[in-house]
Amino acid sequence: MAHKIVSKKQLAENVFTAEIEAPLVSRSRKPGQFVIVGISGEYSERIPLTIAGADAEKGTIRLIWQRVGKSTAEMADMKVGDAFEIVTGPLGRPTHIEKFGTVVCVGGGIGVAPLLPIANGMARVGNRIISILGARTKELLILEEDFAGISDELIIVTDDGSYKRKALVTEPLKEVCVREPKPDLVVAIGPAIMMKFCCEVTRQYSVPTQVSLNTIMVDGTGMCGGCRVEVDGKAKFVCVDGPEFDGHKVNFDLMIKRLSAYKGQEQAAREAYKKHKCKIGLDG
Amino acid sequence: MDEDAKLLQQLLKKQKEGRLKPSDRYKIPPQAMPQQDGTERRDNVNEVALGFTETQARLEAMRCLQCRNAPCMQGCPVRIRIGDFIEAIAKGRYADALGIIKENSLLPAVCGRVCPQEVQCQETCTVGKKFKDVSKAVSIGRLERFVADRAAGPDAVPKVAPETGKKVAVIGSGPGGIVAASDTRRAGHAVTVFEAFHKPGGVMVYGIPEFRLPKAIVQKEIDVLEKMGVKIVCNFVVGRTRTIAQLMTQDGFDAVYIGVGAGLPRFMGIGGEQFVGVYSANEYLTRANLMKAYKFGAGADTPIAKSKKVAVIGGGNVAMDSARTAVRLGAEEVYLVYRRSEAEMPARVEEVHHAKEEGVRFHILRNPKRILGNEDGYVTAIECLKYKLGEPDESGRCRPIPIEGSEFTIDVDTVIIAIGNGANPLIGQTTPGLELNKWGNIVVDDNCKTSLEGVYAGGDIVLGAATVILAMGQGRIAAAAINEYLAAKK
Repeated sequence: MAHKIVSKKQLAENVFTAEIEAPLVSRSRKPGQFVIVGISGEYSERIPLTIAGADAEKGTIRLIWQRVGKSTAEMADMKVGDAFEIVTGPLGRPTHIEKFGTVVCVGGGIGVAPLLPIANGMARVGNRIISILGARTKELLILEEDFAGISDELIIVTDDGSYKRKALVTEPLKEVCVREPKPDLVVAIGPAIMMKFCCEVTRQYSVPTQVSLNTIMVDGTGMCGGCRVEVDGKAKFVCVDGPEFDGHKVNFDLMIKRLSAYKGQEQAAREAYKKHKCKIGLDG
Repeated sequence: MDEDAKLLQQLLKKQKEGRLKPSDRYKIPPQAMPQQDGTERRDNVNEVALGFTETQARLEAMRCLQCRNAPCMQGCPVRIRIGDFIEAIAKGRYADALGIIKENSLLPAVCGRVCPQEVQCQETCTVGKKFKDVSKAVSIGRLERFVADRAAGPDAVPKVAPETGKKVAVIGSGPGGIVAASDTRRAGHAVTVFEAFHKPGGVMVYGIPEFRLPKAIVQKEIDVLEKMGVKIVCNFVVGRTRTIAQLMTQDGFDAVYIGVGAGLPRFMGIGGEQFVGVYSANEYLTRANLMKAYKFGAGADTPIAKSKKVAVIGGGNVAMDSARTAVRLGAEEVYLVYRRSEAEMPARVEEVHHAKEEGVRFHILRNPKRILGNEDGYVTAIECLKYKLGEPDESGRCRPIPIEGSEFTIDVDTVIIAIGNGANPLIGQTTPGLELNKWGNIVVDDNCKTSLEGVYAGGDIVLGAATVILAMGQGRIAAAAINEYLAAKK
């Protein structure tokens, strides 16, 4: 079954969003779950992406991705009406949603996207939501309005100070953690290094912290183990045991190293794709 | 006419005249499988064993004594009438031979290639016993392959009974699922096969490499299913996209066969398994096979490690497949590290032989103690211990005992762990009431029925790690039970 792109736009430099036809996934997905997408069945890479939202009536899901390697660049070049051959899911265990009290949602960069359905779910059951969104610079900040709608308090920071407060997300996180009463839960999603430092902050204040990991995957159903991370000293599979884990138990240093496994090859493929595109441009 | 053809003519003549004796049959030399040259095939993924010629097949078939007690049949998990199909080959009646095999086995082109015949039908063969050498038994598997490749015509689509209006869901499109789908469809039920990957075939497409089982052969079997009217839905993860309960209560399926395979790779639990360059065999083979990583940068988008020195841990077929794949991906040195001796290796003798021919170096009675890496997190070496063999353990194989203080290291940049699979938890977690054993495998009765009404299961998810033929056998048993269940169900 082909999964057509119903709408698509660019959110920031290198960040794109699309609504994709996937009726079954749109109906069964829950916050925290992801899909594996692939452009064509024969030679494409399988890419795990968290579901940023869904419309069960329209039968669509919303994905947000960053242009990093060749495959995500190719996806960025797709147009409305183009289709993905592979959309598999929803995968992973859903987020445990309940009324905790005050939930701090920390999102960095593209991690703001998977955070949105979780924040939504947490808000819906009556949690007080404090959202902290961070980006490197103003142009890279995404989903501000969506979060404004569901947050009781919204804190925005940029690394370079080009928009709102100049800080890393860990600064306001620390301030929130020292408040009385302490927040009941922190949900942090973003680059591995950001999650690592968020966990270091919350550990000091003993605030339970949930992170959502986006590691390298092939099948997404537990079959390959490529996504494994060390949690509490044991190997866990992000696809079937996660993607969410107790952040205080995740070995982020190992995870960060594993994430770089194919960096060289990915860059080479991306460059080759760019060149190929230029050639097509000249011929046309 | 060449020597072989002459010999065949003489034998046929003798047989016609009623003068062919067992002693004549014993004199026929066991036919050697034509194969790609060992050096040449290091650089390609094409099939290694090329298949018998017609003359070879008929000569090999004439080695069969047609034993009345058919010990070969007793050795076959699905009880193929082996003597009969071999006799048909000897007579040159290949379509008949194929028909006989298909009474019991739906996938002869697959099983002829990947079945461990030397511990099944060929182990019990009288000819092999006579020579006290199982490698001199009648090559039943090669004959099965010959006839499957040779006689399969476009008309090989099985007949389907009139529609019953009942719906069967088959979860997983591996060997068990294919057989269950075919057999329930033949009974006239509407059958849908759900596959989590983007291509059907299960372990036959993601796991077993092209050089051992060409994808085209598997695809042909899938095509047959589709021609029979079986619906195949890929990218559908039962337990996630829809649960078994939803399939049965909301989507109108009357019965379900679970054939999802084992598919949760085991790691060793030793230090360093998180280093970059450590793969499960499943991941390595899936990247190389299904995702075609050997063409990375030349069409395919899935990368795989560019390895120079590879250590594969394990002694089964999957370990051999991984080592031989690493050779083809350009590794300069490939080591196979196994903690018992070669005699205990679960891999097929042929695979071990092929691996050695291709330059894989065996480190037997060795096992890694930990994996070493550099500060960037990349594998640099494995530290191993030497082992000796002790008394047999519950598996009947000699227990490997580590020799204290025997540590040594092997420099490698890639480690592939091929020590088996546990049960995938997905179906169990999402199917309340489904009874599992303590290892997470689904509990079934003799008819492959689970603890839930209308739900059947077979293959690796029930047996633990098994073989293609055992999975097929269970698919067949379950399908028969499903057909009976649905016939009785109003």
